[in-house]
Amino acid sequence: MSATMNYLDGNAAAGELSRIFATDLTSAEGQCANCAAKMRFAESHLYSHCPGLVARCALCGHVLLRFANVRGRLFLDLRGMTYLRIDAAKQEEASN
Amino acid sequence: MAGTAVLERVTWRVAKVVAVHDETATARTLALAVRDWPGQVAGQHVDVRLTAPDGYSAVRSYSIASAPNSDGYIEITVERLPNGEVSPYLTQEVMIGDELELRGPIGGWFVWRNDQMEPIQLVAGGSGIVPLMAMIRSHRSAGSSAPFRLLYSVREPETVFYRDELRALSNQGDAAVITFAYTRVTPKDWPRAPSRIDAELIASGTWPPALRPTSYVCGPTLFVENATDLLIAAGHDREKIRTERFGATGERK
Amino acid sequence: MAIISRGFAGRRSAAEAKLPPGQYLTTDFPVLSAGPTPHISLDRWEFTVNDGSNVVKRWDWKSFRELPSETITTDLHCVTRWSKLGTPWEGVSLDVLLADVKTDLPYAMFRSYGDYTTNLPLKDVMNKQAWIAFKYDGADLEPEHGGPARLLVPHLYLWKSAKWVKGMTLMPHDKPGFWESLGYHIYGDPWQEQRYSNE
Repeated sequence: MSATMNYLDGNAAAGELSRIFATDLTSAEGQCANCAAKMRFAESHLYSHCPGLVARCALCGHVLLRFANVRGRLFLDLRGMTYLRIDAAKQEEASN
Repeated sequence: MAGTAVLERVTWRVAKVVAVHDETATARTLALAVRDWPGQVAGQHVDVRLTAPDGYSAVRSYSIASAPNSDGYIEITVERLPNGEVSPYLTQEVMIGDELELRGPIGGWFVWRNDQMEPIQLVAGGSGIVPLMAMIRSHRSAGSSAPFRLLYSVREPETVFYRDELRALSNQGDAAVITFAYTRVTPKDWPRAPSRIDAELIASGTWPPALRPTSYVCGPTLFVENATDLLIAAGHDREKIRTERFGATGERK
Repeated sequence: MAIISRGFAGRRSAAEAKLPPGQYLTTDFPVLSAGPTPHISLDRWEFTVNDGSNVVKRWDWKSFRELPSETITTDLHCVTRWSKLGTPWEGVSLDVLLADVKTDLPYAMFRSYGDYTTNLPLKDVMNKQAWIAFKYDGADLEPEHGGPARLLVPHLYLWKSAKWVKGMTLMPHDKPGFWESLGYHIYGDPWQEQRYSNE
């Protein structure tokens, strides 16, 4: 059973992706290009036991995002999402 | 300076170990003084980078355990993983005065902000307690009146993190309602045999769905999936459940 | 400028003389995967060879396992820098699978259950260089290591040895697969340390 639970979630990719995105990506909403499910990036399933990072749709398993750090050149593939919505205004208001 | 905690550009910072404290036989809390720390929100994590003399480096994520404050100190609690690469170093090798590299704070989804007034249900599996403890501490330091409740599943009594602090909180009664669940060994005369979290425990140990709580579930992947399924089966709205999965991460440079 | 972590060496061994550059030795068998482990029942498993327009060869599990197999003991080199020496496999050589496939197409894209792909020159999977492996250390290959069957191309980085392989498509030109299209080297020779693309 545990062998099939070999993923984390989008939270664990946020540090690496902060090298590209100026705003937090875990609270961003993405739509799966395969099954049209909408989810927060934090809710995607993250496969990090591989050469790069692969985030997949939590419902259908489709690849949403691929990221690789190739000697400081950062490769990003977002084809798996029809859109990525970042609520920048909300983040700018947020304080604690 | 609204929003600096989330909008500050995330870069590697120098963190000096200023105190260490063993939580259990295998887990240690490190207090870190971080240069130019921008502050954090409860639930956020940091990436820690270790570098060997030949340039080899390893990065791992650790949740912040301490409540947000303005003094530039944070605490992380690290569980030593068998065959781990970074956690044995952080739990056994590191000494007060050592410097680490740290990137953060990271994450804006698995967070509790002290203007949230709705009931909060925390569900922790093992070391998944760490970011939830930051929420409990933040709740207390902000004087929040949001009703908090914690269901904390551990292998055995000796593996409970923050034992004295949680006991003190549960004795106060009003600040947080705490339910422990034991999967292997229970304390003496414990009313429940050791077992995983199940529907009965969710019914007795968490807020009823009618209160519309926001739930935060954190732990190993299998634990998070089971607990989330049980919360949904009990009638909780999937939209109101936030999750963070812990585990050994792959090699990264 | 990174701060050197006093007393940190990482999970590496000193005995690295036989290894390709930048690799370290491991004795366990790390499980790397870009997706969930598919559980493929043997009565639905197949391996096909596609010439670019048609399936020209197809094996089900029974006919695949009736092919002559061989045992291979070889070293593995993963681009994430671990190497494992002397791993024992059993598999069917691609020489056997492609024996009566006549083609001028010089490249192949290997496809897996779970939608993973990796590209290889055909000459690199011929002449006792590649197998479809179905046993590891004498036992049926576990799903997490690619079972029921995986490609084994040990002279290249391990991402080329596609787990859960289900077929290959011949191609006139080289085309990047899953990792090759994200900055990883199109060929991946560990002894040349061809980890990454150079563009």
